Amino acid sequence: MSAAAVVHSTAEQPWVQPSKGRVAMFCLIIAESAIFTIFVVAYIYNIGRSLYGPTPQQVLDVPIFNSIMLLSSSLTIWLAERYIEHGNVKAFGLWWALTFLLGAGFLVGTGIEWHKLIYEDGLTISTNLFGTTFYSLVGLHASHVIIGLCMLLLVLLFTITGHVAKEHAERIQVLALYWHFVDAVWIVVFTVVYIIGR
Amino acid sequence: MADSTYPIPGSVEAPHRWSQAAVLEWLNSWVITVDHKKLGILYMLYAVFFLLVGGAEAIAIRIQLLYPHMHFMSPQVFNRIFTMHGNTMVFLFGMTYIFGFANYLVPLMVGARDMAFPRLNAFSFWLTFFGGLLLYYSFIGGGGLYGAGNAPDVMWWAYAPLTERAFSPGHAPDYWALSLIVTGFGTIGASINVIATAFCMRCKGMTLMRLPVFVWVNATASGLALITITPLTAAQVMLLIDRYLGGHFFDTQAGGSAMIWAHFFWIFGHPEVYVLVLPAFAIANEVIPVFSRKAIFGYPAVVAASVGIAFVSLGVWAHHMFTIGMTSVGNAFFVLSTMLVGIPTSIKIFNWLGTMWGGKIRFATPMLFCTAFVVQFLLAGLTGIMLSVAPWNWQLHNSYFVIAHFHYVLVGAIAFCVFAGIYYWYPKVTGRMLSEKLGKWHFWLFFIGFHVTFDVMHIPGLLGMPRSIYTYEADRGWTGWNQIVSIGGLIQGIAVLIFAVNLIWSYFKGKEAGNDPWDAWTLEWATPSPPPAYNFATDPVVTSRRPLWDIKHPDDPDWKYE
Amino acid sequence: MLAKWLKCVFLSAKNWCLLLALFIWHTAFAEGPQSTPSIYAPASTPAQSIYDLSLFVLTITGAIFVTVGGVLAFVVFRFRQRGEDDTTEPAQIYGSTQVELAWTVIPILIVVVLFLTTARMIFAIQDAPQPKSALDVTVVGHQFWWEFNYPKYGIHAVNELHVPLSDPQSPTPTYLKLLSADVIHSFWVPQLAGKTDLLPNNVNDMWIDPHHTGMYVGQCAQFCGVQHAKMLLRVYVDTPQQFEAWVKNQQQKAVEDESVATGRHVFETQSCMNCHTIQGTAATGRFGPDLTHLMSRDTLASGAMANNKDNLREWIRHPDTFKEGSLMPAMQLNDQQLDQVTAYLATLK
Repeated sequence: MSAAAVVHSTAEQPWVQPSKGRVAMFCLIIAESAIFTIFVVAYIYNIGRSLYGPTPQQVLDVPIFNSIMLLSSSLTIWLAERYIEHGNVKAFGLWWALTFLLGAGFLVGTGIEWHKLIYEDGLTISTNLFGTTFYSLVGLHASHVIIGLCMLLLVLLFTITGHVAKEHAERIQVLALYWHFVDAVWIVVFTVVYIIGR
Repeated sequence: MADSTYPIPGSVEAPHRWSQAAVLEWLNSWVITVDHKKLGILYMLYAVFFLLVGGAEAIAIRIQLLYPHMHFMSPQVFNRIFTMHGNTMVFLFGMTYIFGFANYLVPLMVGARDMAFPRLNAFSFWLTFFGGLLLYYSFIGGGGLYGAGNAPDVMWWAYAPLTERAFSPGHAPDYWALSLIVTGFGTIGASINVIATAFCMRCKGMTLMRLPVFVWVNATASGLALITITPLTAAQVMLLIDRYLGGHFFDTQAGGSAMIWAHFFWIFGHPEVYVLVLPAFAIANEVIPVFSRKAIFGYPAVVAASVGIAFVSLGVWAHHMFTIGMTSVGNAFFVLSTMLVGIPTSIKIFNWLGTMWGGKIRFATPMLFCTAFVVQFLLAGLTGIMLSVAPWNWQLHNSYFVIAHFHYVLVGAIAFCVFAGIYYWYPKVTGRMLSEKLGKWHFWLFFIGFHVTFDVMHIPGLLGMPRSIYTYEADRGWTGWNQIVSIGGLIQGIAVLIFAVNLIWSYFKGKEAGNDPWDAWTLEWATPSPPPAYNFATDPVVTSRRPLWDIKHPDDPDWKYE
Repeated sequence: MLAKWLKCVFLSAKNWCLLLALFIWHTAFAEGPQSTPSIYAPASTPAQSIYDLSLFVLTITGAIFVTVGGVLAFVVFRFRQRGEDDTTEPAQIYGSTQVELAWTVIPILIVVVLFLTTARMIFAIQDAPQPKSALDVTVVGHQFWWEFNYPKYGIHAVNELHVPLSDPQSPTPTYLKLLSADVIHSFWVPQLAGKTDLLPNNVNDMWIDPHHTGMYVGQCAQFCGVQHAKMLLRVYVDTPQQFEAWVKNQQQKAVEDESVATGRHVFETQSCMNCHTIQGTAATGRFGPDLTHLMSRDTLASGAMANNKDNLREWIRHPDTFKEGSLMPAMQLNDQQLDQVTAYLATLK
């Protein structure tokens, strides 16, 4: 039984609603932004409050190369999106793979930075307040990069095995939104930790 | 049975219904379901179950406080019971009833076949389910039931540094943090679903300004939940880092701050109570017009006020912290923001009054509950204004006055609306009406019990009785008041038992409801009761806010006036 | 119909106001300290100011309740369905911009008035300049007892706060600096002032200027652990002479009485001194309360029980009898040691 009411408007306008994938991803991004905001606020509040132990000025090197890698991965993923929109799966695959490599490179760079901090500078999450807030904030971001890389890898595998086609462009763009978000968060984290906090 | 509906009472499948294979298949269909209606029912069963459990905890508290120095519970057990009472009611009743109603009704009201992401829907429910189980496992995990096990005993706010390893060496805060992180993920998934469904799955003709107010308000509550749950997750992760990885977030000996936990918790905690209460408003927004026989008064204002409440509520959190030592300017700011949130709230009350004005009010059980809700919510709002006056708050904070205030909202507003909603939509869900006679008994007993308890409860607060105390001194003059409060609690308990009996009895013996027993106007009443798995045989097309009104009154349709 | 009348009675403002008036009257006309720490029996300026503000706010909120509640009561009667089979629908009114505006503007005005009054009082209490005649006391909250330090006099009191009376003509207020040694506590003596929290690593301020002598009760108002309920407070407001005498006594070193030397020996060898201080002896522990003038107090264990020899002995034998979960361990003393150490402590006036 339907509830069809008398349609009195004569003009047949197309019934357009937002794409649910995009709306859902925006909602997820809002929720994630809230959690990052809290960790950023905790970081900023605690700047200069460590009573002992290494300070940011002493041990932090600005990760320029790392950041360039991550931020350019936003560019490469954007290019990949454009290619799949036009159905060019090969080019899409290439740029998508490059995005994955750049993201992975960022992670490796972070790992190298942490290795130096832990083994050479003696800064761990329990050393002092700076260590706690630094590792938790940068670590939260890194964990989101890992999740993003897993998703990227999955799509890459589907592409290599020939399962990705032009009609998947929408879904890929939704995923790319997440990746852009991760990059945007890095800009904030970078500014707060390596510029303001030092 | 191949479809995903549940047995309709008295249906023709009865003969082979009780074979073991059929029962197992039926149970399995509930476990693997992605149907929004079944998930809605699962959420509601979960919510009602934990309402009863939380209620039992409340009765235990009230027994302990009947006399000074009573030995019904040791302080350790009491502290666990009142902490669990708070956590249960907020997270396992509050956060589940909202998704119970939203899941069942939002797709029906927008004319959709299901939620936007059915599998995410199921995943979110089971996350919540198991998170709650983990929280209750704390009673028996670790030290076992003796001394109520490892159940959290740090108040539901879990203030640091009391929750740090140094002051809570057991696992109580860990159960608290971990189980709520899990349910938090469930909440986020469910919220995403509600918003995506409300904005992307509407049937043809249903513009945003024709969305039922129920859907608007639930989408607002879900949006607020997205912003507000993750700060709690963040704070809990920080607590776990402190407790397990040697972090120093709240370690004041290392430069950390006790105050920052309070800020993070209440940045979650205050909008959270609006996440809990907005869906109650959503229910009232449907029941009051139907039983007043009038369209809701001032639809745009009601929607704008609801969204406004959500936004303003993000900026009031420190009114829970007036005594913690903020500057006078800080205190003044939060006084202003808190008072401002009262404005859209009062607009909603006035709009309900405006809806009832000039109507022909039928006092069936749902409307009884909603009418009581309006006056109780008004009172709750007024005691809220009193609490927003910071200097007065310096006396009232952490006293029984505050407990009376927030129970006025949680029980007097939310529980009353939940009952109203259940009496209103039970016929749609099961195909049978709940007994009006039992309903009226339920209402009057609960109403009387509620007022005996929570009206009187303000008084010990004004007489200096703080909260979270397992006993009190005999010469403080609080004994008599506490006894009256406890008696009211028992009356409410009896009322809720009558309600439980009604739910069960009516499922088998209730009057058959038909599609539209209340003569209502939104799309869910256009389907059979209970609706088939696919909801609508053909996609509905709507031209106004009250599609069924237009069909029933073709000479006076809504679209002429909107 | 009975149902509807019942509802009217409950909805009416009268009952609510009556209840409120009943107990305000019950407490409000008392002067000075009373055993029920009612916020409606103020005895000090901050509490008095709050009381005055609360009456103003109550009047406004009461008026709102009477008005809106009255409208609801009217609506419930006037617009109820009469006759079961009346199925005609009433006129459908969808809204009214003027009405919406009216009931938006009026609440905004009320908020403005309330906010300005409140803000003024916040600044008056919180930012009140400290006069030279003020007495400074540092309050340190512990699980589950209070430490009061008077830097000017060099004394460390415990659980029972003594302050001088303040004459409204020439006030001698007491300014409290609040700090915690462990978790968050809250100092609440309703008749004297609103509560203020004690935080570790963060000093908070509050002040009181009691106008009547006597003993005011209060207790910790922020959940701080197992025995939060028994972290009670007593504030003794003394005349200037009484206060001076008290200070003098507190400044003395511990009484030395040879007849209880064995008890003192028990105290010093049974690790009591690891937690407790007794001025003039080798006991300098800081974790537990200072016991130098233990017998000058009316209660033990921050108000948990009366201060007499039997209670003291039982407390030392088994603290959980009075305060289950308190941080003082049972010291496993035998009966003889208990008698001796109790006799010793009973001399510490």
